[in-house]
Amino acid sequence: MAKGESVAGTDIPPGGFVQLLTPDGERIDSVTTADGTTYSVDFTDEEFRELYRDLVTVRRLDSEAVALQRQGELGIWASLLGQEAAQVGSGRALRPQDMAFPTYREHGVLYCRGIDPIMPFGLFRGVDQGGWDANEFKFNQYTIVIGSQTLHATGYAMGVTMDGRTGSADGEAVIAYFGDGATSQGEVNEAFVWSGVFNSPIVFFCQNNQYAISEPLERQTRVPLYQRAGGYGFPGIRVDGNDVLATYAVTRAALDNARNGQGPTLIEAYTYRMGAHTSSDDPTRYRISSEVESWKAKDPISRLRAFLTKQKIAKKDFFAQVDEDANRKALDLRERVLAMPDPEPVALFDHVYPHGSPEVDAQRAAFTEYQASFEGSGH
Amino acid sequence: MSRIKEFNLPDLGEGLTEGEILAWLVKVGDTIELNQPIVEVETAKAAVEIPAKWGGVVTRIFHEAGAVVEVGRPIIAIDTDPTAGPAGTSPEGETEAGLIGGPAPGGRTAVLVGYGPKTTTAKRRPRSGTATAPTTAATPTPPPAAAAVVVAAPVEPAPVAPPVRTGPVLAKPPVRKLARDLGVDLAGVNGTGPLGSVTRDDVQLAASTSRTRTETVPAPSVSDGSREQRIPIKGVRKLTAANMVASAFTAPHVTEFLTVDVTRSMKALEKLKARPEFADARVSPLLLVAKAVLLAAKRHPMVNSSWSGETGEIVVKDYVNLGIAAATERGLIVPNIKDAGRLSLRELAVALDTLVKVAKSGKTPPSDMAGGTLSITNVGVFGIDTGTPILPPGESAILAFGVIRPTPWVHKGKIKVRQVTTLGLSFDHRIIDGELGSKFLRDVGAFLTDPEATLLSWT
Repeated sequence: MAKGESVAGTDIPPGGFVQLLTPDGERIDSVTTADGTTYSVDFTDEEFRELYRDLVTVRRLDSEAVALQRQGELGIWASLLGQEAAQVGSGRALRPQDMAFPTYREHGVLYCRGIDPIMPFGLFRGVDQGGWDANEFKFNQYTIVIGSQTLHATGYAMGVTMDGRTGSADGEAVIAYFGDGATSQGEVNEAFVWSGVFNSPIVFFCQNNQYAISEPLERQTRVPLYQRAGGYGFPGIRVDGNDVLATYAVTRAALDNARNGQGPTLIEAYTYRMGAHTSSDDPTRYRISSEVESWKAKDPISRLRAFLTKQKIAKKDFFAQVDEDANRKALDLRERVLAMPDPEPVALFDHVYPHGSPEVDAQRAAFTEYQASFEGSGH
Repeated sequence: MSRIKEFNLPDLGEGLTEGEILAWLVKVGDTIELNQPIVEVETAKAAVEIPAKWGGVVTRIFHEAGAVVEVGRPIIAIDTDPTAGPAGTSPEGETEAGLIGGPAPGGRTAVLVGYGPKTTTAKRRPRSGTATAPTTAATPTPPPAAAAVVVAAPVEPAPVAPPVRTGPVLAKPPVRKLARDLGVDLAGVNGTGPLGSVTRDDVQLAASTSRTRTETVPAPSVSDGSREQRIPIKGVRKLTAANMVASAFTAPHVTEFLTVDVTRSMKALEKLKARPEFADARVSPLLLVAKAVLLAAKRHPMVNSSWSGETGEIVVKDYVNLGIAAATERGLIVPNIKDAGRLSLRELAVALDTLVKVAKSGKTPPSDMAGGTLSITNVGVFGIDTGTPILPPGESAILAFGVIRPTPWVHKGKIKVRQVTTLGLSFDHRIIDGELGSKFLRDVGAFLTDPEATLLSWT
């Protein structure tokens, strides 16, 4: 099959990208880029099927969250619709010891880390602060401030180097997620400078979904985003972000380079946000429907399904079963979200300091006493 | 435990207080599934579909399309167990305290950002063991008299008679001034604002309807059995009306007409269509009219200007944001092509095509409607010869372009059947004198009469 730097097909952005599965579900065995790196995947039939299951499940869970928001059960939700392959491909490429720094949209990466998908819902339902132990899950908190997690990731990656946990095949790599809009932020550029200079074990994974809320890509950059890496002194590569196989291959290679002490890589996963920026946004005000339609033809799930069907790796009953399982997971998630308890007012004082502080403890005591002064407070 | 559940309008964005029902996708009696889209709601931020929160049978729809509903008010009731026989008659709204969009302590509606709207007076929780509290917990405090007015029927399902007002009329100072200006007696106005206060809209509605009405409640789109239909003035219609009134009564309009033979233009169009670079562009008579206006405006820049009364200046613009009046399902809008004078003919064709398509789809962004400097209204598409257009506010000239008809016409001394149209130019007589307006219109006509020759001589 095709072997070369860029691949045949339509709707390939200028400059090309690494693609191993075309929108029609045709497999490309391997792609070799100009620097001589060859990308390919070597999955068993079962692994192909599990990738499909991941994609369908994260999409279905996401759609349930969108519905819950519309029903007044979540304050806001940032949908990942359309970006499943970019998230599942990169999420599955992580090894257990690797550390991920997400934005607020990486529900698919979270799922691939083996984390209970309900974890971020407390934040969006407003019943907790969205805090969890990043080290326990090897997955940092969702970060709302655009681009700031790239600096956190940079600092963490420098720490990995200082701890001597890099430079071997079982070293630790760090991945920082962000979007096309974040590339215009100072933080992201600072993170690039520092990571490049210190040769940190980090992969910058940019999901270029073409819009920073309503601002199109041409308002962020005059060059393809992956080419920016050259200015900071590390390699950049663009991958078809709607192709789960290519995303997996490219991310796995970049992470392995990082853990072996070869320094950072910028990956631009070229994709499209099919839904709204968040539930507070109306994309029809700034996108034309023909553009959305053209991206529907590049859907990450339908191309993998076409491939599995053509290769006789999976049949209809498998697809039906996956849909049913995902549906059951979504309804279970719904029930558990609705059952999330409201926090006690005094919970306000939790998590201010890891081991408490005299001043906060005093405030907590005073507030508890004040609460108890009301009738029917149960205290 | 009731099985009929009422669904309250949630806060669909961040800190929104109301939404307009655009369309119901289900009706009473329909069996619906969990997450099935039931209604389209438009808020200040977005038009969205709301999926059903429960499966079941729709027993009641509280507001028709067009109604503006406060966050936290019920919009639909669903029988979640229709096979279990007749349902009880006491619907118990599913309003969990603290839920986003549901009631929050202190009578507020819970929204994500800020405190949200208040629908009742704040009631302090009684402190235990304080001597100042005259009542015990066992005896509920009777609400003070004024509070009776302001309990804005949070679970009242249907719009019934407005609460009787006992105290003074509540209205903000600017609303009071508006009422005075419009000669509206606030005591006779039904307040729909918070705490029953009279809002700006209430005053305007009172001013626009009969002065004598006292007890009729203005409701959206009421059909009262008479042979009149009442359509609430809002959206594009309201904006159009305001713009037209503002323009018609500030800028003294003059309209001139010119009938021209456009046969050569039509031939030029045919030639353009055959050219490969125009293969994917829509080549229409409007394109040539637009080009004519742009070229004529370059020759007479004063036409492309606006009157700034506040600063005492006439602002002459070096760029033309060319407005095209478009009839859409939502009404008349005039989106414009920014800096149209810099576009090539092909770029202009593409821009016109895009502008019209986007307008028809109802998705014209507000930025496309702002900042127009010179406009065209294509009344020809309705089969009309011409009209006297009203200037879009802030613009000094607008050209009406009529239908192109085969007409007997004197051509080279003989009567021939030629393609003829009529142009109508309205202009702001404060800025543009009859001479300038006439020259501009004459040039537009000259271009359409012989585009090739004028292009050669003008550019």
